[in-house]
Amino acid sequence: MRCAVLQFPGSNGDIDALEALRSFENVTAELVWHQEKSLDSFEFILLPGGFSYGDYLRCGAIARFSPIMQAVQKAAASGTLILGICNGFQILCEAGLLPGTLIRNRNLLFRCEERLVRVETSDSPFTKKISSGSVLHLPIAHGEGCYFAKEETLQELHDKDQVLLRYATSKGEITKDANPNGSCENIAGICNQKRNVFGLMPHPERACDELLGSTDGRMIFESILDHVHHGAGTSL
Amino acid sequence: MKVRITIMPQAAVLDPAGVATAHALEHLGLHGVSSLRIGKLIELDIEGATEEELHQACRDLLSNPVMEDYCLEVIS
Repeated sequence: MRCAVLQFPGSNGDIDALEALRSFENVTAELVWHQEKSLDSFEFILLPGGFSYGDYLRCGAIARFSPIMQAVQKAAASGTLILGICNGFQILCEAGLLPGTLIRNRNLLFRCEERLVRVETSDSPFTKKISSGSVLHLPIAHGEGCYFAKEETLQELHDKDQVLLRYATSKGEITKDANPNGSCENIAGICNQKRNVFGLMPHPERACDELLGSTDGRMIFESILDHVHHGAGTSL
Repeated sequence: MKVRITIMPQAAVLDPAGVATAHALEHLGLHGVSSLRIGKLIELDIEGATEEELHQACRDLLSNPVMEDYCLEVIS
């Protein structure tokens, strides 16, 4: 699988993502600077975490106008798998590739800790190797990760099965205490209607090695790899 | 042309920073604050743009229509 990890001024999860991807077999991964204009040679595109453009104006608002984002729009339209982690999720929302937006954590705290998320569906290229209802240990690190969308958008996400991850307890219960940032309906990650663009606030790339305390992030990348190598046909 | 753009979070959107600031005002001794919302004020000088182009810029970049409303005033 040929992977691109995009690099914006202020990205800081780019090297983590690169290292995580390179720990898989049959994967090549390279950094692509935001001034580049083409992503045609890649099968998977990752927008990493960080503080692109210092989060000026709104998180992700300025990165959206980087030249590379035209190529991301084109890749999204052609069905290429795109993953936005943390700031990458914020950029995808600002770019209109995912609905809703991410606002200041309701409790105003910058949350940097391990959290539990429940996988809501296996019906996506990003979760196809994970049983629905599984609880993953993933780290979070954000101050503006409160997912917000209008009532009709939330309803549509629900109707089209676009919520892939929710903050949950170890038993998989969706509770207020399990929600670190006040996100609507405990939403931690969503995909688009075509199911090829996925944004999430937790960091799967920082949960790919025993040394880091969890390898649950690998399941997301294994799903992506499986999808790219075997197509939509195979699943659990 | 001098333009002033006021951007405010929509009423339905929780404004945690506004709520926290309202609490701080209480601590300062200013009681009775029933609402406090924090937005942004942008002033720019520009030549050769139409008002419609400015509105477009407000919708596309300066505000996020998902959560914010804006008000554009031409000052001079």
